[in-house]
Amino acid sequence: MASERMTVAAAMVKALQAEGIKVAFGYPGAAICPFYDELLKSDIRHILVRHEANGGHAANGYARITGKPAVCIATSGPGATNLITAIATAYMDSIPMVIITGQVNSEQIGRDVFQEADITGAAEPFVKHSYLVKNPNDVAVVFKNAFYIAGTGRPGPVLIDMPFDIQKMEIDFEYPDSVEIRSYKPSVEGNKLQVKRAVAAIEKSKKPLICAGGGIFTAGAQGSLSKFATIADIPVVNTMMGMSSMPADSPLFYGMIGMHGVSAANYAINHCDLLILLGARVGDRAVTAVNRLDGTTVIHIDVDPAEIGKNLAATIPVVGDVKNILNQLIALCENYDHYDWRKELDEVKATQDKPIVPAAPGFVNPKEFIRHLSAKLPAKTVVVADVGQNQIWTCNNIALKSGRFMTSGGMGTMGYSVPAAVGAKLADEENEVIAICGDGSFQMQFMELATMMQHGVGVKVIVMTNNRLGMVREVQTNAYGNRLTAVFLDGSPDFIKLAEAYSIPAQRVDDISKADKAIDDMLAAKGCYLLEVRVEEDQKTIL
Amino acid sequence: MKHTISILVENHAGVLARVAGLFARRGFNIDSLAVGVTDDPKISRITIVADGNEYTLEQIEKQLNKLIDVIKVRHFEQSELLSRELVLIKVACQPAQRPELISIAEIAQAKISDITVNTMTLELSDSEPRLKTFEELLRPYGIKEVVRTGTIAMQKGGVSMKL
Repeated sequence: MASERMTVAAAMVKALQAEGIKVAFGYPGAAICPFYDELLKSDIRHILVRHEANGGHAANGYARITGKPAVCIATSGPGATNLITAIATAYMDSIPMVIITGQVNSEQIGRDVFQEADITGAAEPFVKHSYLVKNPNDVAVVFKNAFYIAGTGRPGPVLIDMPFDIQKMEIDFEYPDSVEIRSYKPSVEGNKLQVKRAVAAIEKSKKPLICAGGGIFTAGAQGSLSKFATIADIPVVNTMMGMSSMPADSPLFYGMIGMHGVSAANYAINHCDLLILLGARVGDRAVTAVNRLDGTTVIHIDVDPAEIGKNLAATIPVVGDVKNILNQLIALCENYDHYDWRKELDEVKATQDKPIVPAAPGFVNPKEFIRHLSAKLPAKTVVVADVGQNQIWTCNNIALKSGRFMTSGGMGTMGYSVPAAVGAKLADEENEVIAICGDGSFQMQFMELATMMQHGVGVKVIVMTNNRLGMVREVQTNAYGNRLTAVFLDGSPDFIKLAEAYSIPAQRVDDISKADKAIDDMLAAKGCYLLEVRVEEDQKTIL
Repeated sequence: MKHTISILVENHAGVLARVAGLFARRGFNIDSLAVGVTDDPKISRITIVADGNEYTLEQIEKQLNKLIDVIKVRHFEQSELLSRELVLIKVACQPAQRPELISIAEIAQAKISDITVNTMTLELSDSEPRLKTFEELLRPYGIKEVVRTGTIAMQKGGVSMKL
């Protein structure tokens, strides 16, 4: 391919096109205007969000569905710093993103000029890598490398900071075909000897358990997970990030582990003799007492060697792409039978569901509501849970047989669900995308209702309202003598009227007998919809 | 326990900040740090002496390897290392005391780098414990200023740290 003469801004757009980018999320400002001027001429669809962080979360949702790096854009200074929470959210959950920020003129960097922020410095702890482009001729290689780094190995956000004057310079542009980064060579195949050791441990085990994490999605290994679990007859639990990696109706599936997990899953973790961790990093909320696993054989399979042994000592570490390693295991494993172990877990599972306590008049038990919702969801629905009680109610009561569950697992970022759902819907316009949040988190993100309406993104939003920051309220009740402070959401608007102000159809569910009809109405709506579910203020997180 | 870690990095702006920032935010303590370009001008070598147990050391190495600009990380046992640090010590010195200080310098194989009517500046390149001894020998005269470079280290024998 011959090189072409063009501005750096035009080259940036060409680079995005070469990477197959169809949608970009952003918020402009003066320092990024040369790039926006070129973007206008392209076929890339720009989604104007209402806050930069939401552009980041939307790219996050988009990337989780496509499995490829998604793009978000902001201007210099406050535009860039507003993105930091979204960058950190993506970093913690290993989501591939390329973030483009405008920067002040290269000659003025370091002089504290208007809207200057050292964003590569500020975002350093939360990026996989970052570039501040000072030489216009670097732009092609920087973009090529950024997309490669963001999307390979353990994915993550990569930031490209583009000074205003550099964007306007002319260069001879030619997009490279390949990448050559001598210091970055992620492992792909699992070491054969380690895989053999893993198989030997599986053969020996009487009570093996698979714990599936978010890495299953990164590797696109859902099918391989299911196949491996079935032929080796191994029960499966998942972390919050691994939710929906295994069909919920599989007899081998025992639910989510952790502080907010279900009894059967935690029993399984504490009683297995072999734990196979797949793309899971053993976070503190997932395995609350690592010492309980002393004596358990641990096979830890992860693409990032730094995760192995970080939180839990692994007996057999296997570094590489989870899908490849699962396929290596499938080829070597026989049809084992762990009937007795499954029966043991089935007994715990049978007793874990306590009966639903009916809510007081005017309210709905949120757990019961989620079960009604779950029963009605069409195949391949994407469910995005926010952070707080709404998230745990959803995790423990939704049963996705297909489709996708996503949430801000690592960072626990409130205000994630609606913008992430916008991104997910744009990546998967055929299927339903539902955001579930509370009245606290909704008020951190409801400006995105405008984004949904402006761009015709038909996301369905469920807001569980109890006029409380429910999870903090519960902590204060349990650990601070019920001295409740700063958890009251008095002053909140009427959410139905708010939806109407955006021309979004909405209804309130204040009795479980109305839930099915309301859910049907929501699912039947062509475009956006908002459902408010009234919840009691002292509702517990776990049954 | 003290560990010496040699890191080959791309000679780019901001790389040192990334390496130092990683140590800071992961809670790894740095005792000494020295940076300089290698025979290949595109590659710099960072030598870090850090404190920590086996777990910390393993994490340091793994996390460093994740930085895109880090090309290679090696950790050395103290016994396989040739390590040196350079120190400049400005010490109070009346003319009558000069012979004593010259004799200390000779014994320690230090150089006299600067001299005034009432000060003397000595320069010594040696291993860290010997620098300490040297400093203690000079202390009674009145140390006015000390500057140390941080340890640089290289593996003994014919093996070299290349890409």
